[in-house]
Amino acid sequence: MNTPLSWIKAYVPDLDVTNQQYMDAMTLSGTKVEGFHAFDADLDKIVIGQIDKIEKHPDADKLVVCQVNVGNETVQIVTGATNVFEGAKIPVVLDGGRVAGSHDGKIIEGGIKIKKGKLRGVESFGMMCSIEELGSTTDMYPDAAEDGIYILKEDAPVGEDAIAYLGFRDANFEYEVTSNRVDCFGIIGIAREAAATFRKPFYPPVITHTGNNEDVHDYIQVDVKDNELCPRYCARVVKNVKIAPSPEWMQRRLAACGIRPINNLVDITNYVMEEYGQPMHAYDLSTLAGKQIIVRRAESGEQFQTLDGQLRTLDDNMLMICDADKAVGVAGIMGGENSKITDDVKDILFEAACFDGTNIRLSAKRLGLRTDASGKFEKGLDPNNAMDAINRACQLIEELGAGEVVGGVVDVYPNVRQERKILFEPEKMNQLLGTNISNEEMLGYFKMLDLKYDADTNEVIIPTFRQDLECMADLAEEVARFYGYDNIPTTLPKGEATTGKLSHKLRIERIASDIAEFCGFSQAMTYSFESPKVFDKLLLAEDDKMRQTVVITNPLGEDFSIMRTTSLNGMLTSLATNYNRRNKDVRLYELGNIYLPKDVPVTQLPEERMQFTLGMYGEGDFFHMKGVVEEFLDKVGMNGKIIYDPNAGKNYLHPGRQANIIYDSEVIGYLGEVHPEVADNYDIGDRVYIAVLDMPYIVEKSTFERKYEGIANYPAVTRDLSMVMEKSIMVGQIEEIFEKRGGKLLESFHLFDVYEGAQIESGFKSVAYSIVFRAKDRTLEEKDITPIMEKILKDLKEMGIKLRG
Amino acid sequence: MKEKLKAIRDEAITKIQQSGSLDKLNEIRVAYLGKKGELTEVLKGMKSVAPEDRPKVGQLVNETRTAIEEKLEELKTQLAKAAREAQLKSEVIDVTLPAKKNNVGHRHPNTIALEEVERIFIGMGYEVVEGPEVEYDYYNFEALNIPANHPAKDEQDTFYINDQIVLRTQTSPVQVREMEKGKLPIRMIAPGRVFRSDEVDATHSPSFHQIEGLVIDKNITFADLKGTLEQFAKELFGEHTKVKFRPHHFPFTEPSAEVDVTCFKCGGKGCRMCKGEGWIEILGCGMVHPRVLRMSGINPEEYSGFAFGVGLERIALLKYEIDDMRLLYENDSRFLSQF
Repeated sequence: MNTPLSWIKAYVPDLDVTNQQYMDAMTLSGTKVEGFHAFDADLDKIVIGQIDKIEKHPDADKLVVCQVNVGNETVQIVTGATNVFEGAKIPVVLDGGRVAGSHDGKIIEGGIKIKKGKLRGVESFGMMCSIEELGSTTDMYPDAAEDGIYILKEDAPVGEDAIAYLGFRDANFEYEVTSNRVDCFGIIGIAREAAATFRKPFYPPVITHTGNNEDVHDYIQVDVKDNELCPRYCARVVKNVKIAPSPEWMQRRLAACGIRPINNLVDITNYVMEEYGQPMHAYDLSTLAGKQIIVRRAESGEQFQTLDGQLRTLDDNMLMICDADKAVGVAGIMGGENSKITDDVKDILFEAACFDGTNIRLSAKRLGLRTDASGKFEKGLDPNNAMDAINRACQLIEELGAGEVVGGVVDVYPNVRQERKILFEPEKMNQLLGTNISNEEMLGYFKMLDLKYDADTNEVIIPTFRQDLECMADLAEEVARFYGYDNIPTTLPKGEATTGKLSHKLRIERIASDIAEFCGFSQAMTYSFESPKVFDKLLLAEDDKMRQTVVITNPLGEDFSIMRTTSLNGMLTSLATNYNRRNKDVRLYELGNIYLPKDVPVTQLPEERMQFTLGMYGEGDFFHMKGVVEEFLDKVGMNGKIIYDPNAGKNYLHPGRQANIIYDSEVIGYLGEVHPEVADNYDIGDRVYIAVLDMPYIVEKSTFERKYEGIANYPAVTRDLSMVMEKSIMVGQIEEIFEKRGGKLLESFHLFDVYEGAQIESGFKSVAYSIVFRAKDRTLEEKDITPIMEKILKDLKEMGIKLRG
Repeated sequence: MKEKLKAIRDEAITKIQQSGSLDKLNEIRVAYLGKKGELTEVLKGMKSVAPEDRPKVGQLVNETRTAIEEKLEELKTQLAKAAREAQLKSEVIDVTLPAKKNNVGHRHPNTIALEEVERIFIGMGYEVVEGPEVEYDYYNFEALNIPANHPAKDEQDTFYINDQIVLRTQTSPVQVREMEKGKLPIRMIAPGRVFRSDEVDATHSPSFHQIEGLVIDKNITFADLKGTLEQFAKELFGEHTKVKFRPHHFPFTEPSAEVDVTCFKCGGKGCRMCKGEGWIEILGCGMVHPRVLRMSGINPEEYSGFAFGVGLERIALLKYEIDDMRLLYENDSRFLSQF
């Protein structure tokens, strides 16, 4: 919504504020001003001048030398303009003044400073201005010359301020009107707010009686077939229309709103739409068959040509305006080509109706046709406003002499909207706001807003234009707005104390972040939706369960069309971005959900599973990644046995370098090297390692309970084992033997060497372990250890493992 | 004899003083005090000394021994000290050589900002809760006083899974889920991902984060809302931050407000960051609409409450002066390592 301040002042004449003051105060009282444009911001020292004499320039064919009377003096100005003549009145910018733009229509920020100077040797003390130099256009100022100096009216007062004369001592304000304040989509609504904000009297337009002695019902019958979609339809007739330019004052106001003046008829409908927020439509009465207007739903598949020349296909949820034979307009959206006003129109029908907002919004959406009118109707207009608007339009017709208004109004309004009543509960309002505002003060605010108070019933009567006010809390907001949000005290909630805390899940996630970061991984964030094509990139089988996804019906394109069922694509894409930008040794982690449908097609919410995903390339290998996993599990109290099962069966991982991570007999995640083909698919020319931990399992199995187990008092006994075995034997199998046979005395073991190569038979490897035994209550003796070692060695031998010499 | 002892003593001390190394000192000790040392030899010659003189000579010998021992000890200390000094001198390092680092990773700026917000509200007794990102239309809209066909539904450009299920457009549905649990009073914040159908550009993303706040208790007032958010803003942006509440409209709160804070870059004077206004909009808030309370099973005659919603990316972008939202989702390590 844009309005010039001058138009607001027309209804709040006592308003005397700067643009900035107006903007700040209106914003604080709830009519948010996004910004303003002062038309005279870059205009300075521009007066109305009259050209007394024009002479040829002695040295330039295309220039003339003018003597210009600027009131108190006559100045010499050299110009190249060809439309000037002796006696012409023109805007003149004097030496030291400023204009807003250049004559080709380019607006220069800060304006252009005009100084006296010599043009081809002849002194010039200023410049005569075109409309473009004044910061506007001939569209907005149709009386200005297309290409040349703006020749003003003959009665323009010489020597006076041309900026004010042309209406540029004004500013256009841009408002952000919230969807609940339908009344503020009209200037009257904003003016009412302005009056209340500045505590000034409000004078809305006074609508006078209009019309001749005839009865409009003799000219037109209106039949509304669907009162739900059209709660009210008002129609009036204007005869003998005289199309002409509208008066300057109306043109100026429309121009200041950014609306191009066209002719008196169009300008009046636009003017009333700005003023009342009520769209109107004019039909050529001669095109309406049977003197009839019928408002009905369209037939499904009905074709109709709108006045923009487009042929449109309708459906039976769209409302049509028709005459006895045919459709003449899509209700509230656009009129028809067949009934549009032409320059030789004689009689017109004015329509001011109220249509169901939701219906208009949905129809406009389906038609792909959003107009100024539909934009207003879809807010849900006040039906009581329609009558004022149509009468205001007829008043302007008469004032402008644009035609002869026929007496009376056809008004189809079966269910008159009644004023709402809300109980006046000042204590509750003060309680809600935390204030102590007196009843009188509250009622004072209501009065400014045209909300009446009925002392007998103790009710506040809400006019129908304030459809947003429904309950005590709504009235409390009205009080708060004008009392001033700033003046409401600041306190803190009292009452029962509550414990501030993170959930166990969030605590575990923080530890995940901490450990990942200590291990050199930085946190990434990727989108939750992706393309179904990623499954092919990840080499997933056609029937892989991960391909069953939650699908978005209206995505931003295929790339964002399914909710991810794996976090890998996000990670690999981020690593690829880094690789492509030649970032070295990149390590990333992400904590984000995957979305697993419980059924396909989806009928219930999917399962959201938080994934802790780690990915890296460059320095580091599988075992670094494994280390991060173990550091994390240890930190969240999962110090039980972790099993790595190489038969993870992940197509996207290197077949010989992958493992499921099993804890407490549940697969809690996996890790591995990304399959080189997948890495190729992402254009990563390096080995990539990833680990994915399924957090719901970890949250469940993690604990913050710790118990001190004492520090050993007796010495340990260490045995080193150096073995040779077939390459295919995994050290995990050896460790299983240690654990199985080590008994209570086994404290720990650690691998200190793995070797293949010279001195070792091909197909074999050498592995060396240190095994530590300790008792809590005594010093171990040889006889304690020997039987254990014998059992271990026996098991090793059975696996074909030999001890090295 | 006396002369001889003096000569031994003088000779030994001179040698000790000239020794220059611990090895040499040891040699000297052996040469004079050892089993075959000169002083021992003198003692051995005591037999030839007259018995009445023996105590005196013995004393002289002991004095000589003590004097040599003391000198030896003195030099030993001196030499050891010199040796330590020499060692330290030789071990000087260039402390400006590069550090050996573990290359610790970095938190995402969104998370840093979020944890900051969480810290503040946890301190005020708020619990951090979560809700589903794929959500029922009912929780995302209807229960928040946004009925079917409400224009606000269009404004929010919703991604639909089907008629009943959407990608949540706001974290506000978590409010409803908490209220439905029926455990009062409530003080919660709910951070999380939200989705709106906006094309990716420097200031838009189809996926971003919000932090919802909700307090429900008896006698909660708009003044409490103001006080709480003012304290929050001062904690987050600094003690000198000023807060401005502007009336606004949200379907699920009444009265509603948008909150501006003084620009933390220029302090309110006006700069490029605040587009010259001196103020920056950071959140929306209001008193929970009585209809919303009622729909969630809370009696508005007995309880009242306030709610607020903060855009996390907005805070992160402003606080860290990040000029393009796309950077947050590219995960370039050169970007992440700056936080």
